[in-house]
Amino acid sequence: MNIERPSGLEEGLEALAASPEATLLAGGTDLMVEINYHARRPEHVIALRRVKELKEWDGRRLGAGVTFRRIEQGPIRALAQLARTVGSPQIRAAGTIGGNLGTASPAGDSHPFLAACDAHIELQSRRGTRTLRWDEFLVGVKRTSRQDDELITAVVLPEALPRRQEFAKVGVRSAMVIATVSACVMVDDEGQARVALGAVGPTVLRARRAEEMINSESEKSDAALAEFARLVSEEVKPITDHRSTEEYRRHAAGVLSRRLFERCLRT
Amino acid sequence: MKITLVVNREEREAAVHGPESLLFVLRERLGLLGAKDACLQGECGSCTVLLDGEAVCSCLVMAGDAAGSEVLTVEGLGTEDELHPVQAAFVEHGAVQCGFCTPGFLISTAHLLGHNPTPTTDEIREALAGNICRCTGYGAVLRAVESLAGERRS
Ligand SMILES: Cc1cc2nc3c(=O)[nH]c(=O)nc-3n(C[C@H](O)[C@H](O)[C@H](O)COP(=O)(O)OP(=O)(O)OC[C@H]3O[C@@H](n4cnc5c(N)ncnc54)[C@H](O)[C@@H]3O)c2cc1C
Ligand code: FES
Ligand code: FES
Repeated sequence: MNIERPSGLEEGLEALAASPEATLLAGGTDLMVEINYHARRPEHVIALRRVKELKEWDGRRLGAGVTFRRIEQGPIRALAQLARTVGSPQIRAAGTIGGNLGTASPAGDSHPFLAACDAHIELQSRRGTRTLRWDEFLVGVKRTSRQDDELITAVVLPEALPRRQEFAKVGVRSAMVIATVSACVMVDDEGQARVALGAVGPTVLRARRAEEMINSESEKSDAALAEFARLVSEEVKPITDHRSTEEYRRHAAGVLSRRLFERCLRT
Repeated sequence: MKITLVVNREEREAAVHGPESLLFVLRERLGLLGAKDACLQGECGSCTVLLDGEAVCSCLVMAGDAAGSEVLTVEGLGTEDELHPVQAAFVEHGAVQCGFCTPGFLISTAHLLGHNPTPTTDEIREALAGNICRCTGYGAVLRAVESLAGERRS
């Protein structure tokens, strides 16, 4: 096996252009599990841990190499909340947001936040830079529209993030758990809500009908909130697997969305 | 391939084959058996080491990517004559049953106290959430760590 360890972005892009079939390694918290269990045996690895540009976090632009540990300590409320739920301290010290997007698991905990705020993903190659909206980038279970010669370089957040934003996930314990359902709700200054749900479809999804319904109600009455939760449960597309059932996930998605929305209203 | 890295403050050279983990190289090539080989999927924390000052699962670090790094394993924490305060507290509070998880707990605890000398009980629980004890001796572990936090507070 050959391992390259570029220390700068240019060097990294060049290495990848020369070997687009290479396996990219960031924190290793997804990739090394596959290697340890013999699901993958890479011949050529490009390790990104030393690429300093990927570790930069400048306001709206969050480098792909920023770890969940740093995000957990950062200023963005729901982003810090979700980071705190990722794995354990050891996993957060190594795992990056770029790796979370590269893996593109339906349960990736950063995804509901990115969907709720309509974040973009920046990809770079020697051919240039593309910026894709979250739903153009995440296209299926563990599938993204990244080309082989492209690096995920950053997450680009919108100019203004709603101040009221909440994330939570449901799982069997409060640490070290892959989400059964995850949700992020944001409410902007005009009172308009956005609701994104993870682990209840091939990719993260927005509950558009529920958003529209609750945004058209001037009075957030009990009946309106119940209808909101019902619409979320209807709109999600969960499956039954070893972690949970479709029925439970639908129910939990509705309960979680309503709870987070009410928390937003109280702040 | 050969890599050079600093392990327990000493420069070491090790042979590395393919994408094997830092844990494997520590145990099989450098003879350091403190970090334990258990789940190999980041779930149990028994392989926890400090890599450039961060507590990580060494089973999830590709050894080839650790070249040039500084690693601290439990062997580098204290000596038999002079235990590290965390080790002494674990002994005193009986926080060791079979001992399999202990090296990982010691490294995680030392890392926690290095960043936050006076953690609350909740902070201790959260900081140690990635270390699993199969003997379920968490109560004694908590008391050991709390004793250190308490000492520093007073
Ligand atoms: C015990 C344990 C618990 C976990 N808990 C959670 C959890 O609670 N929530 C959660 O969401 N995830 C969890 N994970 C999964 C994992 O930690 C995250 O997905 C993490 O964000 C992966 O980041 P990484 O830097 O370690 O990625 P790596 O493993 O290094 O890479 C992951 C994938 O992304 C690709 N990649 C990495 N960086 C780039 C880049 N810059 N450009 C292009 N491709 C790239 C790699 O080629 C690889 O395919 C857990 C994992 C473990 C082992
Ligand atoms: S062996 Fe590394 S976390 Fe279990
Ligand atoms: S003391 Fe036995 S595993 Fe913890």
